[in-house]
Amino acid sequence: MPNLVEIRALHFNYGDRPILSDLRMDFPRGKVIAVMGGSGSGKTTILRLIGGQLAPQSGEVSVDGQPVHALDTVGLYRLRRKMGMLFQHGALFTDLTVFENVAFPLREHTQLPEELLRDLVLMKLHAVGLRNAARLKPAEISGGMARRVALARAIALDPQLIMYDEPFAGLDPISMGVTANLIRRLNDALGSTSILVSHDVHESFLIADYVYFLSNGAIVAEGTPDEMRQSQDPYVKQFVHAQGDGPVPFHYPGRTLADDLGLGAP
Amino acid sequence: MMQNPLAAFGGWIRASVAGAGYAARFFIAVLRASAGLWRRPRLVSDQIHFIGNYSLVIIAVSGLFVGFVLGLQGYNILNRYGSEQALGVMVALSLVRELGPVVTALLFAGRAGTSLTAEIGLMKAGEQLAAMEMMAVNPIERVLAPRFWAGVIAMPVLAAVFSAVGVIGGYIVGVQLIGVDDGAFWSQMQNGVDLWDDIANGVIKSVVFGFAVTFTALFQGYEAQPTPEGVARATTRTVVIASLLVLWLDFVLTAFMFK
Repeated sequence: MPNLVEIRALHFNYGDRPILSDLRMDFPRGKVIAVMGGSGSGKTTILRLIGGQLAPQSGEVSVDGQPVHALDTVGLYRLRRKMGMLFQHGALFTDLTVFENVAFPLREHTQLPEELLRDLVLMKLHAVGLRNAARLKPAEISGGMARRVALARAIALDPQLIMYDEPFAGLDPISMGVTANLIRRLNDALGSTSILVSHDVHESFLIADYVYFLSNGAIVAEGTPDEMRQSQDPYVKQFVHAQGDGPVPFHYPGRTLADDLGLGAP
Repeated sequence: MMQNPLAAFGGWIRASVAGAGYAARFFIAVLRASAGLWRRPRLVSDQIHFIGNYSLVIIAVSGLFVGFVLGLQGYNILNRYGSEQALGVMVALSLVRELGPVVTALLFAGRAGTSLTAEIGLMKAGEQLAAMEMMAVNPIERVLAPRFWAGVIAMPVLAAVFSAVGVIGGYIVGVQLIGVDDGAFWSQMQNGVDLWDDIANGVIKSVVFGFAVTFTALFQGYEAQPTPEGVARATTRTVVIASLLVLWLDFVLTAFMFK
């Protein structure tokens, strides 16, 4: 099967509020796929649905041929061992050192001898450039470094699927470039599939093989980064060229200014 | 719009029953997740050390002052009836049967309980629990169950420390400062305190309070809104609910134990 993750006819609501409607997406093995869209467009919800943290109202999500939402808890946890996820703010365990954070999934899921575990953790930390920060606590490192530690933890078990939730948010340009390079390099080195949820156009286009654009819970455009750059779709144009107004209005919808100031016709 | 008071009361009853049912299911989930702890006792012992350290000083100091007060009040009352020789047994029974378990539980709720709620709530707000789930690690098994059993084990030990220090406090005031006879103080205590009727019942109380306070703290932390305000509210709820629960349980247990 060429696709590691497939989403078919997916509908998801929070209460009465529809978030995703009739979604169809493919995530081929070995590729970096970017899912882009404005805030509140449902990007992170897609990751949570793939990880089985949320259940859809209808439709199917399958990972490695297994329908995620038909699995029982044991099956879901077994499937999650094939996944790694980088949370927006790293979600490091604040009471553990950098070393212990990366060692956590290895200690939980393997019976490796301490020497081998140590070597593996140091190799993962070396891959993200933080081997010498192993003894520090999360409170002692910067936001960019925390994101890299979280990345090392996400790849600790060499997952088939790595999901990134806004990996560039709040990073300085240097950290952003470093993180983007790491995502691409690690994906290729591990032979994994990466799903990159982001609204950072420049960095995402640099490393992604394919891009989905999401608006109001539906795919509005998809293609390679080059195709997206040349797209004439008004939403894609507004997003890629960072235009203030367009299909996504500057003003929150509602009453007009004239109405609010009482200047309308009596 | 004014709501029909009957409808509001009915709504409150329904919400309370649903909340209690949810808490009961959560309690069962914690118990089921505890099975794996036999293979990893270190998780529990680390938390016992942690929780015990949180509360030991405040409980020892409080026990000493409560003992002082019991020595003073006890002497005042017993002296009216010429029974000051019974000060030792009065101090010991008050502490072992009642004040030790209850005051320790209230202090434990304020010190370790709030700390547990804030810790779990902040772990939730920082997506640490979600990250654990995505690493195929059950946070109830890895985080909540060890803390729960650590609280249950630590409570009777802390209550014993409270009672022991309280007896020393009563001795300092009653014997050393006021001048009650040393031998009478200890011998009356030895004769008057029963291992099963008094000490064992006190231990049972403190174990039950340990269950109640620790579960309340963990449940409130786990169900906290993942915001600073949500964690603050959950911490306050822990103190209020756990304290009321301890006092209510104390009444129920006392009614059954000392009929």
